[in-house]
Amino acid sequence: MKGHQRRHKIAGDTMASVEELEEVARRCRVHIVNMVHRAQAGHPGGSLSEIDLLAALYKTQLRIRPDEPKWDDRDRFILSKGHASPGMYAILAEMGFITVEDLKSYRVLGGICQGHVDMKWCPGVDFSAGSLGMGLSFGMGSAIAGRLENSDRQVYVMLGDGEIQEGSVWEAAMAAAHHELGNLNVILDRNRIQNDDFCETQMRMFDIPAKWRSFGWNVKEIDGHDMNEILDGLNFLSTSNEGPSILIAHTVKGNGISYMADNPAFHGAAPNDEQYRQAMIELGEVNA
Amino acid sequence: MSKMGATRDGYGEALLQLASNPKVVVLEADLGKSTKSLHFRKAHPERTVSCGIGEQNMLLVGAGLAASGFIPFASTFAIFTERAFEQMRNGVARPNLPVHVCGSHGGTHTGTDGSSAQSIEDLAIYRTLPNVIVMHPSDTVSTRELTIQLAASSSPSYTRTARNKTPVLYEGREEEIKIGKGIKLREGSDVAIIACGVMVSQSLKAAEALEAEGIRATVVDMHTLKPLDADLINELVSTCGALVTAEDHNIIGGLGGAVAEHVVSNTFAPLERIGVHDRFGESGQADEMLDVMRISTPYIVAAAKRAIARKP
Ligand SMILES: Cc1ncc(C[n+]2csc(CCOP(=O)(O)OP(=O)(O)O)c2C)c(N)n1
Ligand SMILES: [Mg+2]
Repeated sequence: MKGHQRRHKIAGDTMASVEELEEVARRCRVHIVNMVHRAQAGHPGGSLSEIDLLAALYKTQLRIRPDEPKWDDRDRFILSKGHASPGMYAILAEMGFITVEDLKSYRVLGGICQGHVDMKWCPGVDFSAGSLGMGLSFGMGSAIAGRLENSDRQVYVMLGDGEIQEGSVWEAAMAAAHHELGNLNVILDRNRIQNDDFCETQMRMFDIPAKWRSFGWNVKEIDGHDMNEILDGLNFLSTSNEGPSILIAHTVKGNGISYMADNPAFHGAAPNDEQYRQAMIELGEVNA
Repeated sequence: MSKMGATRDGYGEALLQLASNPKVVVLEADLGKSTKSLHFRKAHPERTVSCGIGEQNMLLVGAGLAASGFIPFASTFAIFTERAFEQMRNGVARPNLPVHVCGSHGGTHTGTDGSSAQSIEDLAIYRTLPNVIVMHPSDTVSTRELTIQLAASSSPSYTRTARNKTPVLYEGREEEIKIGKGIKLREGSDVAIIACGVMVSQSLKAAEALEAEGIRATVVDMHTLKPLDADLINELVSTCGALVTAEDHNIIGGLGGAVAEHVVSNTFAPLERIGVHDRFGESGQADEMLDVMRISTPYIVAAAKRAIARKP
């Protein structure tokens, strides 16, 4: 358990340049659109808003072993907003946990890519999600386990902005600060849209950074689609170890596809064939 | 092809019809587009309370409204009502406040969303709460009529609706639909199939298949699981002498459980239960799921034959 040199591959590191990360994220966007189009169901919006963050997190931060997904001392990534599973499956395929062929099993009977990410079905998934507001508590348990085992492994939990309306999130937030869990990190996908509509009409949350600060968290805000800012933000998470930390990533739901961007209709709807063609043009997969 | 509809649409229609009663209030937890309360919200935003993604809060806001003389209808997915189960138990059922909870997307028929969204225990858990009416209607028309009747009820309720479409059964038959009264959709004296929700149309198909083999089946739509229509079950025991229950729900504690509890304590008849065999669901198309869970028409047919073979 001990003896690992923690490596922080931050901006400028040759391991993954900003351009390379942007290309990984672009390929993931193609996977995401392919998955929801083939299934004619699923959640593109929140997958496209989170994907730049996931690409950078997986490629530059997470200490994981794609060929040994259950390695005891791995960093944990918990996708609490489990409906945004196409995004996670896409990066798992890019990392080699699963194959690009596996992505075709999204929402298909017997497929490892279940509608919501599920640790019983898919290698590399550490939490069975689908019910919002559960991942932070699970992450807290994982962080305490790491501490009890004297491991420096990190726990990352991705929350949605609609999701933080759940009371249980704040039970966990309070408890994590009480227990001074410096190894617990949240990335908040602040895309301003939830299921029915914009958060502003469903439930105003007022000053979100102030709320987390008042709960005892270290807080940093970034543009969740600017790779340089993302790398800065991830560096903030891995270096601020006095108590839990949250990176509030300002994102655009449906980012990367013009007609999905900032459009509540694409929270949980698939593109039709015509829209699919347009998406592939916009992502540079085919010529207009 | 018969007309099709999703029972959640019946719920949405009922709320609109109930809107003429100024005491009716609708509560949402960011799933109005899915449960179909959105139509009421559009027409009557001033009487719609958005609770954000906060089911526990929603249930007790409902209790407060009900205690002040309002008639709250609160909806989310069946599975997420369960997050507020203790609020329902202690805050709604115990003081017997008429809060009407609708859980949409019930059962494995929900489909490709997968196991986290497929509630298979909701009917069982709400059935254990004193005072609570528990219903699972089979079509859009009965869902609409039963929901409208709830507004006059002084008890809290839980109604499960389904995401996906099933045949419309009750067009023009609205006056037959009453809370607490099962409906005979077909009569035969060899076996009685008692079903709820999406399994009613599966049971009607099973009865046709049985008839082709010379076996005559009664099919009952037991849309109300609680209070259970005990008189009707007693009648089926004496006229058919063999029973099958069919539900898209865990085999434990739902409709099969309710009928079994009644039969063992009253008049006896062999009973075969069709339901999910104590396992979680998975992603699949709605119809595929009924086969994977072994609850589709052929399984009902086989169960009917087993029940008949067990007649004393
Ligand atoms: C407890 C719970 N309530 C309701 C839902 C239904 N639901 C699925 S996604 C969603 C909206 C989530 O919005 P947000 O957290 O902002 O996610 P994102 O915008 O990133 O997709 C809702 C209400 C759920 N999955 N879990
Ligand atoms: Mg959001």
